[in-house]
Amino acid sequence: MKHLLAPALAIARKDLYAEWKTKQTITTMLIFSGLVILTFSFAFDPSNQAVSALVPGMIWVITIFAGILGLNRSFTTEKQHDHLHGMMVAPVDPSGIYIGKFLANLVFVLVVQVVSIPLLFLLFDFQVPAYSSIFYFLLIIFLGTFGFIAVGTLLAALASHAKSSEMLLPILLFPLVTPVIIAAVQATRLVLTEQEGAAAALSWMQLMGAYDVIFFAAGFLLFEYVLEV
Amino acid sequence: MIETKALTKTIGEKMILRGVNLKVNKGEAVAVLGTNGAGKSTWLKIVAGLLKPSSGEIFLKGQPRKKDDFEQQKVLGYLGHQSFLYDAFSPVENLKFFARLYHISSPDTRINKLIEDVGLAYFKHEPVRSFSRGMIQRLAIARAILHKPDILLLDEPHTGLDQQAVSLFNRLLLDLKAEGVTIIMVTHDFQQISTVCDRAVVLRKGRIAEDELIRGRPVSWIHSLYEGEAATS
Repeated sequence: MKHLLAPALAIARKDLYAEWKTKQTITTMLIFSGLVILTFSFAFDPSNQAVSALVPGMIWVITIFAGILGLNRSFTTEKQHDHLHGMMVAPVDPSGIYIGKFLANLVFVLVVQVVSIPLLFLLFDFQVPAYSSIFYFLLIIFLGTFGFIAVGTLLAALASHAKSSEMLLPILLFPLVTPVIIAAVQATRLVLTEQEGAAAALSWMQLMGAYDVIFFAAGFLLFEYVLEV
Repeated sequence: MIETKALTKTIGEKMILRGVNLKVNKGEAVAVLGTNGAGKSTWLKIVAGLLKPSSGEIFLKGQPRKKDDFEQQKVLGYLGHQSFLYDAFSPVENLKFFARLYHISSPDTRINKLIEDVGLAYFKHEPVRSFSRGMIQRLAIARAILHKPDILLLDEPHTGLDQQAVSLFNRLLLDLKAEGVTIIMVTHDFQQISTVCDRAVVLRKGRIAEDELIRGRPVSWIHSLYEGEAATS
């Protein structure tokens, strides 16, 4: 554990601190999400009730594409001065590097969601059907994002070995995250648009939970081999 | 201290190392020489744990090298072609990050001393992106010895250093050697070899072609050894 969690926290802390200093990744992600919200708010009439059905999908469009911007940078920046080798020659379990990177990426996407989702609700004048839905909504956001980042972190590390890593990552990622994204969009739609949506969304949440466990475990176990590529 | 037995490494269809048998004793300073592509850096990376050998065995302190033996990893200090340093961070921030990876408790005193030793005290809070190649190399040296390793693996460590930094670095290496640190240095700089190292190993086409004690030998003799023309005793 000494060689797993302590280095993982050090790596996550390093990434967050580097981002705090440079603000390169989070700014790009926020600009992208702002543009999506602005474009859709002009493309559709927010006063039209039917438009509110688009909101769950838009939340996940923002999450996926802003997330990919962050994931791409997550490992390409580590390539610049062979930083990954710097971590590998230290007494660090390779899975610790995965956990550290995963935590930092998760925080970046959650920050983007914290800013963009309220803005989306505001511009589309979106009303949550019941206050109890908010808890389930937040849980769904977390579960969906967790799964997306768990797979994304592993594949971003793999893609970073290629010359066209920014092009390769979406190609590798989209087929694998399709199940969790379908579940996340469906569950979000149910809790945000139906009075008793939480009960109906339960099976989708269970699917996301199972997906998260499986793919986080896969990333944890396989990361060592990804570093060796 | 370090021993490799019948070490081979094949990358693609190319055999980089062809059965390297080498033993380096505790406290020795060994130069690994050879032309480009001879396999020097590959051998060093395998010992450091960055590459897996295709076959053969590695022993550290008499124990077989295991990938999940982090105590073995902790005794190694590695300085590669790249600095491993983060441009946005200052020397202090960079070294603090690596101190966390190496589980160094209360590293501030050690970090300040090292920064002073490598002559970067005046720049210790400046971001590394504003540093020259030589300054980055000085900091990379500090990073490699931050955790007081027993074995120091150096891949062309004098690259980019000015004359003042070269003598400062050599002094640092000689101090470490006096403390019993084993030093293995891949280099093309014969002058520095004669200052720091006791022994030179020449790799040719993935095999050890020469292995000689060089203490007290002139630089011209080391050059002849490299060329394969030295008269050995």
